[in-house]
Amino acid sequence: MPAELSSNGNGPHGASADDGVGIQLRGIGKRFGEIVALRGIDFEIQRHSRIGIVGPSGGGKSTLLHIVAGLMEPDTGEVTVEGATAAGDRLARCALMPQRDLLLPWRTALDNATIALENRGISRSEARNRTRPLFARFGLAMFEDVRPAQLSGGMRQRVSFLRTLVADKDVLLLDEPFGALDSITRAQMQEWLLRALGEEPRTVLLVTHDVEEALLLSKVVVVLSARPGRVVRELTADFPTDAPRREIVTSPKFVALKEQALEAIG
Amino acid sequence: MSAGAPPQLSEEDLLVPATRPTLGKRLGSMTRTYASAVVLTLGLLVAWELTVRLAHIPEYLLPSPTQILGDFKTDWVILWPAMWVTLREVLIGFVIATAAGIGLAVLLHLSGPLRRALYPLLIGSQTIPIVVLAPILVILLGYGILPKLVIVALICFFPIVVNGLDGLRAVDDDFIQMMYTLDATRWGIFRRVEFPGALPSFFSGMRIAATFAAIGAVFGEWSGSNAGLGYVMLEATPNLLTARIFAAILMLTVISLALFGLVSLMERIAVPWAPKRESA
Repeated sequence: MPAELSSNGNGPHGASADDGVGIQLRGIGKRFGEIVALRGIDFEIQRHSRIGIVGPSGGGKSTLLHIVAGLMEPDTGEVTVEGATAAGDRLARCALMPQRDLLLPWRTALDNATIALENRGISRSEARNRTRPLFARFGLAMFEDVRPAQLSGGMRQRVSFLRTLVADKDVLLLDEPFGALDSITRAQMQEWLLRALGEEPRTVLLVTHDVEEALLLSKVVVVLSARPGRVVRELTADFPTDAPRREIVTSPKFVALKEQALEAIG
Repeated sequence: MSAGAPPQLSEEDLLVPATRPTLGKRLGSMTRTYASAVVLTLGLLVAWELTVRLAHIPEYLLPSPTQILGDFKTDWVILWPAMWVTLREVLIGFVIATAAGIGLAVLLHLSGPLRRALYPLLIGSQTIPIVVLAPILVILLGYGILPKLVIVALICFFPIVVNGLDGLRAVDDDFIQMMYTLDATRWGIFRRVEFPGALPSFFSGMRIAATFAAIGAVFGEWSGSNAGLGYVMLEATPNLLTARIFAAILMLTVISLALFGLVSLMERIAVPWAPKRESA
């Protein structure tokens, strides 16, 4: 509940922060008819850590997210999300943020952000009261009553992200979240996201085709191959989130990691 | 990265139109929108008037526009009450059709088996000619308002069901998956995503239905009645009161246009977020 959305570093569900396994994948395989989308995917991230998955398009990255979220079951292997293995239980722990902001055009920004609370049967006025403070905290003050059509792409994506925060799930699955934005807005949004996650720690699984974005936003970056998607490289990024972006991007370590990732993608 | 600093909002972040158009400007744009239609209609009326006068066409064959207007004066006591009878049939029938159409579309949308079973029947029902059905309904339901309401509703509910069902089914799958990850139930998805998203489709079905409603009422009155604009026409025909028939047609047109306008107005109020459509 947003009332519990505190900035003391403790996440939702009352557990103490940053302990235990967040997401664990073992031997995940998925095929669609003749096409093998994923084969033998293994990885594991700690709770409230951030993992980035990069790879060529069509490599089954979105499929992987849908499997983790519990929207789809793998053909082989096992997914564990904070101890839950059943699809419905995984769904209860994950919030998915897609590339398209998917804001409902007839609802105002605020009423879009409250939708998870309304889905749980909380009255609209109560849901608004709980969500409104977040708009101010995350740079959206004064935009509460504006319809999505009147917001820019970056603003819409912020509202979309806020909506997943309000849903109060411990695991955020980000599917090319800034893919539709221009590069300047994208850079602003990456900074904004890191700041937001600093205040509201979550276990983050980020799918992107942008290697730089994955390295900047994640602690671990997994490189998937082209179809069938397999893990071909695992890199430790973990750059400081408070250093200027320009310094990070030009540092030898960053350049070397980027080089390795691009080479692995092939 | 400037953690903790307020994020930058640029001017472009809020793309609100600078000012609302004034009343005068809106009237001006309305004039431009409808000017061609008005000019064309006036031109046709003048041509009609001139043809009738110059060719000395007798009034019982084709009355001129001025003769039709003159008929309003002489036949007002007949036309005015008849219009209220027909208007009542049209409005009540349309409301029934809308309620039934929305209800059926929702039912068919929510239940796959029901949709597969009923949809072919629904399409098939539309091939039954109303002209044939109308007298049977009069035999069944008598000379009162009831058979007229049934006929109006039968004609009007179909476009509402078909358009509405299409709208409900056209909702993007991504929205539905997004809602599931936000703890929505099936009902929550229907209530918060599918139904509001399908409203523009329901309204476009209702606008089509609005143009059919008056025809339905006239069919009903022709099959057996003692009042209404259809009855007035039926009675005027053997007496060669052609101007009266045209006057009744004009009143029917006004009813249809008014209903169409009413539906459009309701749409503007209910769906203020919809992208503006070029007025037809």
